[in-house]
Amino acid sequence: MRADRIFHVMFVLYLVVFAAYLFAPLIIMGAASFNESRFPTVIPWQGTTTDWFRAMWADAAMWQSLWTSVLVAVCVVLIVVPVGTAAALVLTSLHARARSFAYAVMVSPLLTPGVVIGISTLILWRQMGVGGGVFLIVLAQSTFIICYVMLMVMARLQRFDRTQEEAALGLGASRTMVFRRVTLPFLRPALIASAGLAVLQSIENYNTTLFVRGFETPLTVFIATKVRTGLTPAVNALALVIIVATVIGAIAYEIARRRRAA
Amino acid sequence: MGDLKNRFGPGLSTIFLILVLFWLAVMVLAPNLMMIDYALRPNLPPAALGGPDDTYSLSNILYLAGEPTHRAIFFKTIWASGLVAAVTFLVCYPIAFWMAQRATTGQLAIALMLIIIPFFINEVLRTLAWFIILAYRGPLNAVLMNIGLIDAPIRWQGNGGVLAAMVYAYILFMLLPIYNAIESLEKAQIEAARDLGASPWRIHTRVVIPHAKAGIATGFVFTFMLAAGSYVAPALLGSPGSRWFTEIIYNWFFEGGDWNRGAAYALVLLVLCLAVVLITLRLFRVNLTDVAK
Amino acid sequence: MSHSVELADIGMTFGTTRAVSDVSFKVEAGEFFSILGPSGCGKTTILRMIAGFIDPTEGRVLIGDRDMKGLGPNQRPTAMIFQSLALFPLMSVRDNIAFGLEARGVGRAERRAKADDLLRLTALEGYGDRMPGELSGGQRQRVAIARALAVEPGVLLLDEPLSALDLKLRQHMRAELRALQKRTGVTFIYITHDQSEALAMSDRVAVMSAGLLQQVATPRALYDNPATPFVARFVGETNAIPGRITDVRAGTARIETELGPLLGRAGQGAAAGVQGTIYVRPEALMPGGTENPLQAQIERVDFEGSFALVHGLFDSGAALTASVPSTRLADAPVPGHRAAFGFQSAHAVVLGDG
Repeated sequence: MRADRIFHVMFVLYLVVFAAYLFAPLIIMGAASFNESRFPTVIPWQGTTTDWFRAMWADAAMWQSLWTSVLVAVCVVLIVVPVGTAAALVLTSLHARARSFAYAVMVSPLLTPGVVIGISTLILWRQMGVGGGVFLIVLAQSTFIICYVMLMVMARLQRFDRTQEEAALGLGASRTMVFRRVTLPFLRPALIASAGLAVLQSIENYNTTLFVRGFETPLTVFIATKVRTGLTPAVNALALVIIVATVIGAIAYEIARRRRAA
Repeated sequence: MGDLKNRFGPGLSTIFLILVLFWLAVMVLAPNLMMIDYALRPNLPPAALGGPDDTYSLSNILYLAGEPTHRAIFFKTIWASGLVAAVTFLVCYPIAFWMAQRATTGQLAIALMLIIIPFFINEVLRTLAWFIILAYRGPLNAVLMNIGLIDAPIRWQGNGGVLAAMVYAYILFMLLPIYNAIESLEKAQIEAARDLGASPWRIHTRVVIPHAKAGIATGFVFTFMLAAGSYVAPALLGSPGSRWFTEIIYNWFFEGGDWNRGAAYALVLLVLCLAVVLITLRLFRVNLTDVAK
Repeated sequence: MSHSVELADIGMTFGTTRAVSDVSFKVEAGEFFSILGPSGCGKTTILRMIAGFIDPTEGRVLIGDRDMKGLGPNQRPTAMIFQSLALFPLMSVRDNIAFGLEARGVGRAERRAKADDLLRLTALEGYGDRMPGELSGGQRQRVAIARALAVEPGVLLLDEPLSALDLKLRQHMRAELRALQKRTGVTFIYITHDQSEALAMSDRVAVMSAGLLQQVATPRALYDNPATPFVARFVGETNAIPGRITDVRAGTARIETELGPLLGRAGQGAAAGVQGTIYVRPEALMPGGTENPLQAQIERVDFEGSFALVHGLFDSGAALTASVPSTRLADAPVPGHRAAFGFQSAHAVVLGDG
């Protein structure tokens, strides 16, 4: 009984430390954006201010990098959702042996380090006379984000009753109509979810983007550069805004998902 | 393929196949082949391209073997990535077990949400957070000095800082596979083991961990791979003495100006990661299908 | 506008498995035709070949005397009702029913009117805006039927559509299907492994086993004159007594069995000198009968309501099943005792074992 009690206390302690480890960095980072100190910190507290948010808002370079990231993310979504869906449909139409080989090939970008994807894309396209920039960022990011879309669509397809397709065909629908009216509507939730995931993955990507960015400065590169060359709490203010936006987005998505499921 | 055409007709199937082939050929295969080509050629001025010196050789890869600093950094990256994976496992295992076997539905929902939220946030921001905490005059040193654990501030940047931030960044990739694996273990098995007089240590080593080994292997593979290929944490939190292999690769490309050597180094990193993935999967008899979930 | 369906020497091979061999039969326009057989006998394969989901490796499918070769399921005048029903879960009941019309480019107003007609026909009025997931099993069944009928098919193909329903509802839907077929006049081809379903509903039944067509006949003929040993055993209960056929004369065969010589109508393969079996239906075995006398040890008598089933063992060790109408229960043998039975030769059939 005593041993159990000690064990229990130790476990609760572990949970507390774990939670602190998880959240203290984010809280401190967020809090630092309200501190008047030149360098982002919470100790010592030199007075509460919202000046850093104003500074962030007025930073034209930040807006430029945000615009680049959004542009990239939109292009990525336009590529990865159709290609990932096609990959899932092709894969599920293959026979067992061909399928496991194709599967290994198709998930290989997930097992490739992000920097290698960036490097190999850069090398190939420079050979063809295309340098780093938005185009290459989109292409390099899409290479592995397609895998996520494919996996999410495949998971959804597993619950699909394919006799629905046959039923539609038997009722005289063309194969295109079967896809448009039966298969695609069934996949819709997975497509929306994977588009959301793709935006997130694209905007937060750093390792791959770094090599193919050329003269562009997407948001992650912008922040990383600031950290090295002149970190002020304005970067924290930006971080806090991004964090709040992603958390709200994630919660909204989760609520929408549960409401649909119910 | 016949099945695809049967399902969606010739028009749509052709579009699907073109999309997939474009992806695999132009975005996956061709870049890697070109990278290998680069890695095996010498770095020549444009005028000498195609000339007598433009021959295939392993010299770029051998250069890595012969350069003591780079070689040391390469091996250090391997063992440090292994260390990151091991520490991440130790941090995650108890909570994964608790979530999978002990937590009520309500607790589980809250725990999952709390764990997932930080991972919606960008890796650069998470690293920035650690940058602030670990700063020389930052909160961690202040707290430790206040409670009297240390007398003077510690310079965390370097190996310690990189380890802390990497473990932090990859918790989810370790936790979810282990959680999924342990979750499929029947509660009755643990009860039976306890009933038979097994100690908690024995229950974990003989019942839970063997059952969860596929999940653990998956977690290891992903954490190792992400750590070995990470650039942002070592770049922001490292010190000159804690250089990471990816930083050397970056330098070849954007500071050293020798893309061929950079490509060779990237190729070595790729082969290393694939080897670790395949060996781990073979060792734990895990199928690739179970990994990518 | 219903169509006939003709299969001419159809064969189907999947890889190395032979699913269907040399099947030929013709279903007349407006007929209720069933294909009966145990699971794996190839009946679903045949239905899918008629619908156009798979192409036969040999032979031809003709619908309304037109060769269907090269025509996909969406180009054939057939509609299919699936075992799983395969309703579209994300469309309302009305949209489900109107789907085939939409595929044919019928305008919105006309689609709606037609769907409402079918909702009335299948007693689903007021359910048009529901989603399929909100309906009961029987209602979902009717939506599937309405959806198939909406395209005014020349042939309706039904793949065990009642198997998921409970007994009561199944019997009710049987009657409904039969009435619907009579009213619409559409050719029905109905697949089932349930012989009572096939016998009760069909004009004619095809029996299949292991990819081979065994017999095509009216339910009555199937029962009274099974063409093969498989049909004799699979359709209805029977007492099978093996022996050697010694004489065939004027449609009557004489067979020497371990229980003595017995007489029955000569069926397929019955010829003097071959091994054969005499099949006697339970209701043909009369307690105390003297023609074709048989002795048996009675084990138990199960009272089933309108009749009682007598179970026992013949002296040869073969199992006996006899049914006795409740009105004559007094004549029924007593469990644990020996009893004598007899049957009229006209009520038994002798088939060669070949």
